Amino acid sequence: MTTPDLAIQTSQLSKSFGEKAAVRDLTLEVRRGEVFGFLGPNGAGKTTSVKMLLGLIRPSAGEGWLFGQPLGSSEVRRRIGFLPEHFRFHDWLTATEFLRLHADLYKMPSEKSRQRIQSLLELVGLNEFAAKKLRTFSKGMLQRIGLAQALLNQPDLIILDEPTSGLDPVGRRLVRDIIRDMRSAGTTVFLNSHLLSEVEITCDRVAFIKHGEVISTHPLQNLLDSEVTLTIRARRLTPGNLQGLEHWGHNIRLDGEHLTMILPGEAVLPEINQYLVQQGVEVYAFQPQKISLEDLFIQVVGTDGGL
Amino acid sequence: MGLNSIVAVIARLTFREAARRWVLWVALGLGVLFLIIYAIGLSEMSKDIQTTRSSLLAAEMNNFFLLAGMYVVNFLASIMTVLTSVDTLSGEIASGTIHTMVSKPVRRWEILLGKWLGFAGMLSLYLLLMAGGVAGVGYLVSGYLLPNLLQGWSLMWLSIMVLLGLSLLGGTVLSTLANGVFVFGLFGVAFMGGWIEQFGAFLNNQGAVNVGIITSLILPSEAMWRRAAFEMQSPLVGVFGVSPFSSNSSPSLFMVAYAALYALGVLWLAMHRFGRRDL
Repeated sequence: MTTPDLAIQTSQLSKSFGEKAAVRDLTLEVRRGEVFGFLGPNGAGKTTSVKMLLGLIRPSAGEGWLFGQPLGSSEVRRRIGFLPEHFRFHDWLTATEFLRLHADLYKMPSEKSRQRIQSLLELVGLNEFAAKKLRTFSKGMLQRIGLAQALLNQPDLIILDEPTSGLDPVGRRLVRDIIRDMRSAGTTVFLNSHLLSEVEITCDRVAFIKHGEVISTHPLQNLLDSEVTLTIRARRLTPGNLQGLEHWGHNIRLDGEHLTMILPGEAVLPEINQYLVQQGVEVYAFQPQKISLEDLFIQVVGTDGGL
Repeated sequence: MGLNSIVAVIARLTFREAARRWVLWVALGLGVLFLIIYAIGLSEMSKDIQTTRSSLLAAEMNNFFLLAGMYVVNFLASIMTVLTSVDTLSGEIASGTIHTMVSKPVRRWEILLGKWLGFAGMLSLYLLLMAGGVAGVGYLVSGYLLPNLLQGWSLMWLSIMVLLGLSLLGGTVLSTLANGVFVFGLFGVAFMGGWIEQFGAFLNNQGAVNVGIITSLILPSEAMWRRAAFEMQSPLVGVFGVSPFSSNSSPSLFMVAYAALYALGVLWLAMHRFGRRDL
């Protein structure tokens, strides 16, 4: 059953290559207009999932829809832009010729495509390289031209697979600005990136995937606002103290004099402090820190990286 | 823009790629070199041919040398067909170039048909220039024109279309290297089968002829060349059936129809297979 306000909807989407399950029961709901981060360690099944969404590979089981139309529909691809992770283009074309080719694949009228190409080359900062062949481009320039081709049709949904890899800080900021502009224009952005700091800045929600399964989906801002990592430097901590601390938090780790733990919020900090003092623990440092996406990633996915 | 606009876009891209990457120009440059050398050689041999008093013998010799030229053209066109097309799908699949294209609002069969059209156009042009060049050189040097030139050219064209379709079909399933081995392997089988059939016919050995027919059914490209040579050979050779290029076991019209269906069939299979495979 499809829901009209969803850009992406999948139900138990699975893909196996022989005996190996690359994606298992992928159930996702991405709302129209949101920036959605898709995170997971290498080999978790992210690219396979993206390929299924785009109709590049057929699911072994399950169903999926983009804007209410089944995956693989040629018609819905008119509304989608895509920048693949390991992109290779026809490098014997110039930047303008390359964009014109892709505009032709969108069946854009020539005058419209001419204007659009010009504005996109300006947007991604490649205007002066319009007549240069792609084979002369650096990796960062190729990433920019790839981004331009993904924006050609002013998509309702753009799928970006590692859009900032290979970009310098200026290029990364450019991508962030483009994503922000797209969100303002109501475009749905599906972002797959290893650069968690980028995701943290740009995304509304994130899903974590491991071993081909979605482990959890979080509204990013609320989550980052709520959880706190507490680092304590203390002496005379006993196993009983550690057990007692479990009352307020989880993921408690002790390394010498340093103790870290995850708290659900800042409200419990005074109680913990009071508890430690009452237990006779000598506290030298007490540092609460809001959880980063990297912490959350490790917490959800684990330190084995899904291997 | 209509449905076929995508096919036209990809066909143009394919043709332009061959030109930009110098494939077309190198092939045409070497083709011109071949024609120059052929013209010089034919011109020298023509001096000997003209010394013969028999105009019938002179015509036979001219026919032989022109068919030899056509044989080389057919071989070069076959090699060029496989070398240019063998990587077009498997290479773009392996590199990921195809991903940004098929994620556009296009049907995969349009991409494949566009590629076929681009290669077919380029190879037709190549064959036209090379075969036309050989026939033209022959006519200018000796005043002799091969009989049934249009039929001969059409059959040679059909031969390379068979190879082109097979190469594209292989590209939907195999890696570039495996596809090259596959198509050249079958080409070799058909080539050998053709000679076995020819010798079998000369020696009246039906078993050997049957081997040739079976290999022609597996890949009818060589059979189309032999039918082309049969059409373009002189009437005298036709009567005696003695020539390195043809025999009295020339492939039938049924085999020509089979080759045409084969070329269309492998193209359809390639479109179907490409439409269903994971990328």
